[in-house]
Amino acid sequence: MALLQITEPGQAVEPHQRKRAAGIDLGTTNSLIASVRGGVTEPLADESGEELMPSVVRYTCDEIIVGRDALAMAKQDPLNTIISVKRMMGRGTDELLSLGQRLPYEFAGGDSGMPRIKTVSGEVSPVAVSAEILKALVARAALSLPGDLDGVVITVPAYFDDAQRQATKDAATIAGVEVLRLLNEPTAAAVAYGLDTGSEGVVAVYDLGGGTFDISLLRLNRGVFEVLSTGGNTSLGGDDFDQKIAAWMVSNSGFKDEITHVQFRSLMLKAREIKESLSEKDAVAVDIETEGLKFSGELTRSRFEQDIAPLVEESIKACRRAIRDSGIDLSEVDSVILVGGSTRVPLVRQAVAAYFETRPLRDIDPDKVVAIGAAAQANQLVGNRPDDEILLLDVLPLSLGLETMGGLTEKIIQRNTTIPVALAQEFTTYKDGQTALLVHVVQGERDLVADCRSLARFELHGIPPMVAGAAKIQVVFQVDADGLLSVSATEQSTGVAARVEVKPTYGLAEEEITSMLKDSFEHAEADAQSRSLYEARVEAGRVVEALSNALDVDGEKLLSAQEIEVLREGMLKLESLVAGEDTRAINTSIEMLGKASEEFAGLRMDASVRQALAGYRIDELA
Amino acid sequence: MDFKQNYFEIFQLPQEFHLDVAELGERFRQLQKNVHPDKFVNASDREKRLSMQWTAQINAAYSTLKSRLPRAIYLLGLDGTDIADNPVLDPVFLMEQIELREELEEIERTDGPLATLDNFKTEVEKIMASFEEEFAASYSGGDHLKAEQAVYKLQFMNKLLLAANSVEEKLLDY
Repeated sequence: MALLQITEPGQAVEPHQRKRAAGIDLGTTNSLIASVRGGVTEPLADESGEELMPSVVRYTCDEIIVGRDALAMAKQDPLNTIISVKRMMGRGTDELLSLGQRLPYEFAGGDSGMPRIKTVSGEVSPVAVSAEILKALVARAALSLPGDLDGVVITVPAYFDDAQRQATKDAATIAGVEVLRLLNEPTAAAVAYGLDTGSEGVVAVYDLGGGTFDISLLRLNRGVFEVLSTGGNTSLGGDDFDQKIAAWMVSNSGFKDEITHVQFRSLMLKAREIKESLSEKDAVAVDIETEGLKFSGELTRSRFEQDIAPLVEESIKACRRAIRDSGIDLSEVDSVILVGGSTRVPLVRQAVAAYFETRPLRDIDPDKVVAIGAAAQANQLVGNRPDDEILLLDVLPLSLGLETMGGLTEKIIQRNTTIPVALAQEFTTYKDGQTALLVHVVQGERDLVADCRSLARFELHGIPPMVAGAAKIQVVFQVDADGLLSVSATEQSTGVAARVEVKPTYGLAEEEITSMLKDSFEHAEADAQSRSLYEARVEAGRVVEALSNALDVDGEKLLSAQEIEVLREGMLKLESLVAGEDTRAINTSIEMLGKASEEFAGLRMDASVRQALAGYRIDELA
Repeated sequence: MDFKQNYFEIFQLPQEFHLDVAELGERFRQLQKNVHPDKFVNASDREKRLSMQWTAQINAAYSTLKSRLPRAIYLLGLDGTDIADNPVLDPVFLMEQIELREELEEIERTDGPLATLDNFKTEVEKIMASFEEEFAASYSGGDHLKAEQAVYKLQFMNKLLLAANSVEEKLLDY
């Protein structure tokens, strides 16, 4: 249903005014921002023409540096230069240390289980580091797209769990970016290819990036991209290949002491160079010297392949599982798309070709394809292509479950369920007069709670006192189109809405985000006020635009002249308030207009559902 | 908005066990094109909420109807027959179940070749197809008791198939 681009003269938005939308690929190694300009979807470059921005942030005493300049200092200043921050998103310090990955940072304990990295400019969380990358990308967009962005689509690995997704969204909030949608990276790549080639059928997207691996199977059918299954590993990527090379260098150097942060960083940077050369050459001469660790020798491609073969096999296993979950046969896969810089490694390409028995596609630059797909989707979501019929139907990557007696998991929503999804579960009290209940939500496939990821603990308060077992508390779990979970609860017999308190296990608490937002304004008070006025105005503009478009399309069909008049008056009132500076009056007026148009919204939704199958009734009668 | 519509009514398809799954998919996509939250990014909060609720409902309807066993259970539920947790089953059927279970255990114990497992699964699927026919015939003939029994048998067989899949995962070292 086209909602936009139809505006009467004299209204807030000019006809056919294009909105500024962008797609952001927030990668482990590199990040990109892309946009649709003049019908072409392409990455946006910085002043010197570079499109890829290293996902590196360096903190100094008086400034924050992002990108290539930060990467250049990574060797000299490892503790203050954060690389591969994506691997830390949505994870706790304990988890990071148990991953067996060496991280060259000093950590401080945090209240919310989220790691804090100690830097010269204070402690920073991975979310805050990601926010800096987002800000730098958005600043780059301002070079080519004048004015503020109306919204962005940020991509995440399909296999990201709820905590990792939430952390990404929090980073956008802190960066002050309006997120239209979190989009799964393989789905974005499929969109880029689908739009490019207009192909149909079943597509497998094999996405091996710097730190994450995803496999997704999609069915493309007349503009609908339906994800059939997804799988992967959020700690498998090119970084692991680098670690293998680094380990090889250390063991051959005869160096016995503990590796310092500086040595480790040098080794990893050197390893990446070697890996990249080995994609072209059969052997590479290696020469490294860092703080007394000295080694020179030669690494052959076959030795390298021998080291990484188990990692590559790990990814193929995930492919097998995704095929099984999708319910289709391997032979039904029409094409395979390679995404992510690590698919340049020849062994990876061979393994994928051998498993799928087809030559994988690499026509679109594997480093850029995700951002390009995201930009196309952002352009459509923001309303620039109202006639387009692209629709992405994605899935939940990992099952959601609840902790039951004895530390066992009871799955409530299975993995690969199409989202959005809502599910109601009934709970009861086990003691007389019990007024509160604790629900522990976990994500993962294993039977034991301890083997799954803890997402959050929900405390339900305000249950009316009753005898044990009499209360019927209905808890609704809802996963939205971003793949994010929300929970609400009601006591059924009395209709009392129980209060839900969420304690994210590894995320930031709401107050922390607010305080980080405040911190990011240097003169908190004055700025916060002008910001809330600005936000109220933007929201007012959005509400008026949405409603006037809706009235233009369906007003006369669904409402009486009098009802239309009431809504139009409300809109005029709101518009006159926007000219003033009374934030509270604007917000009250937005709320009133929202209430007044509720029924209209319901009528429109019904009409669009009826319209969807209008053509089908006839052939059913025939 | 009418959330009281049953899943067949949502797709405007006849309330029967035999259903054209391709057609169902077609209607599912057509509905989603109209109600999905991606189409309401710039709409009012209420429309966003409604879109979300509708989409979740359509997704639930689609996933229930597209697979045969959930579809059969749903059909019985619409007619007021709820599926029992511990059904009483025909002893002959139970004996057959035990034999099939033993056969699967044997394959697992001997790390049997994948081809043996494939044959086993094909056999299970064949048996399931016959129970599905039994369900379809009893259901459309109005014999709900018999239809219910067929569902229980299908549930048993489905569990067996899942067990065979996990043996396969083990053999393939997933």
